[in-house]
Amino acid sequence: MMVREALNSALDEEMSADPKVLLMGEEVGEYQGAYKISKGLLEKYGPERVLDTPITEAGFTGIGVGAAFYGLKPIVEFMTFNFSMQAIDHIINSAAKTSYMSAGQISVPIVFRGPNGAAAGVGAQHSQCYASWYASCPGLKVLAPYSSEDARGLLKAAIRDPDPVVFLENELLYGESFPVSAEVLDSSFCLPIGKAKIEREGKDVTITAFSKMVGYALKAAEILAKDGISAEIINLRSIRPLDRPAINASVRKTNRLVTVEEGFPQHGVGAEICASIIEDSFGYLDAPVERITGADVPMPYAANLERMALPQVDDIVRAARRACYRSVPMAAAQSY
Amino acid sequence: MALAHLTSSSRSNLLKPSPPSYPTLILSAVRSPPPPTPLLSRLPFRSLLTNASLLPAPSRPLLKSLFLSSATWLRCGGWRSPPILYKAKLIRGFCHLYDGQEAVAVGMEAAITKKDCIITAYRDHCTFVGRGGTLLEVFSELMGRQAGCSNGKGGSMHFYRKDAGFYGGHGIVGAQVPLGCGLAFAQKYSKGETVTFALYGDGAANQGQLFEALNISALWDLPVILICENNHYGMGTAEWRASKSPAYYKRGDYVPGLKVDGMDALAVKQACKFAKEHVLRNGPIILEMDTYRYHGHSMSDPGSTYRTRDEISGVRQERDPIERIRKVILAHDLATEKELKDFEKEIRKEVDQAIAQAKESPMPEPSELFANVYVKGLGTEAFGADRKEVRAVLP
Repeated sequence: MMVREALNSALDEEMSADPKVLLMGEEVGEYQGAYKISKGLLEKYGPERVLDTPITEAGFTGIGVGAAFYGLKPIVEFMTFNFSMQAIDHIINSAAKTSYMSAGQISVPIVFRGPNGAAAGVGAQHSQCYASWYASCPGLKVLAPYSSEDARGLLKAAIRDPDPVVFLENELLYGESFPVSAEVLDSSFCLPIGKAKIEREGKDVTITAFSKMVGYALKAAEILAKDGISAEIINLRSIRPLDRPAINASVRKTNRLVTVEEGFPQHGVGAEICASIIEDSFGYLDAPVERITGADVPMPYAANLERMALPQVDDIVRAARRACYRSVPMAAAQSY
Repeated sequence: MALAHLTSSSRSNLLKPSPPSYPTLILSAVRSPPPPTPLLSRLPFRSLLTNASLLPAPSRPLLKSLFLSSATWLRCGGWRSPPILYKAKLIRGFCHLYDGQEAVAVGMEAAITKKDCIITAYRDHCTFVGRGGTLLEVFSELMGRQAGCSNGKGGSMHFYRKDAGFYGGHGIVGAQVPLGCGLAFAQKYSKGETVTFALYGDGAANQGQLFEALNISALWDLPVILICENNHYGMGTAEWRASKSPAYYKRGDYVPGLKVDGMDALAVKQACKFAKEHVLRNGPIILEMDTYRYHGHSMSDPGSTYRTRDEISGVRQERDPIERIRKVILAHDLATEKELKDFEKEIRKEVDQAIAQAKESPMPEPSELFANVYVKGLGTEAFGADRKEVRAVLP
């Protein structure tokens, strides 16, 4: 099943099950979704539940949050999360903090979803990863699916969850296909929020990743296996709450950690994971924690520079080798 | 200094005395919706100037209730107390007082039910009481105590009463307007025949998100009434310095607007009643309430560096909302001077009692720090300043 279909079916099933669920965003209706995620939904549920909005993120996000205050369950789609910055005040100050400020009187059962991170050749303003920004905010839950199973299970969980959820998809994953079991295809299927998944078991080094980077980490694990390094790949699934117990348990087993993410390096998800491991499992580390992240630059357009600005499988392999004290000579690393 | 630029003529605009009897509404730029023909471009703008009929004689119970309303409660005791409590550091942070503007909250409340929703900005104490909030909850919340309406966790700007349709209490200028349009959206979705009043000030009237939300509300025919409480100052900036066009009721362009004497509770009531009926059929409307605040923007603002004391006392003399109602009551023999004085005495006592009770209310428990971050905490951990010392599991 393609990730796109997985998301579409999750939206369809949840809208069918609960009349309070509705979808709003740019081009979600007649255009069938900018990336075809909401294909067929307008036809099935009508214009009262699938709403095409004008290009006014601050306005329609505020309207979505207000509707959630009243008790509806809106899903607000951002064409990409880069545009969520226009509405970030409503995500943080109106949605995330309201349950706390009202001492639980007003809850905000809303989902903010859309593609996050880099696509291909879309340039600096369309390529940022917002995982660490949103995940730092108490009151939000932040999810990042990788496979079709993740997409279905986590989106259903997000829609059913009574708190505001930021759901970070990835444009380049929409077209990827994954095998799914019958259990995943059942309409009651749901994944727990806050739990990571061990995609591949290993004993020499733990590699954490989310979204598209999980695929890269799995490829890196194949290459490392040929060298006799057994890597354990953790698919975070949930950036907030972060599954600290699972990550710590894994590092206590392997004693080495590489964190992988697409976003900017400073104050990123990897930084949080590193700090968490040092606080809770310092004695178990046999090597410094390695971070593989996007480059500390706005995303360039030229294909070769874009490639350098994003983590590649080789980068993950190299970092894992370093963590295992089997690194390549430094001559291979040039300065630009 | 800004005051040097003010001419006497602009001063007098703000001190327009009201007629002594029932006010008329100024119905301006009310436009019937164009027919749905996608081929035609915008129809020429039509303004419909009706002379609204004089208000029918208000009933005795209505007048009594208006007088006894939250406005009086808070004016008699409340407006004197917060500054005292603030100096004593029992109230901290922000505290934005509503005195002078009571007619808006009170008149609006008289026109609607608790199934209609209200959402406003941070000057929310009076609106909260109008929605059924108690004085104890008000003063406790201001002092950050457990008996506060938000358990002491919200503060002055974050009062809520969801079961009475009051959705806050918002600190970010202008954010409450799209939220209010969202409430109206949900009301329409739920087929409730109820409406939302989204209040904002002349300062917030220039916010982009307001126009974004208004556009969507007009497109989707949402039953929302945008009320601009124009007290003529956005913090310390006079409206003529902040807005190229201070005709806020006209800002909707394609959305009809009404300008109302916001110091007259009866006019406000009539306008809100009209607006409620209008939006249920036609989509959004803007009401501009011409009002005034006696205190400064907040407790840290003396309110006199950008306006004169003469202006403030002038408005208080000529247009005070509570005095108006008192005069009408007395003129129609609906109560005696003594009865009204007794009401006020009663209210002052209640306010003093509420403050005393609020002072007795304890501060929130330490465990409250981690409560209500989520509805469903999923058993995750949250940390205090020193995470080795203070950790909690969110239920």
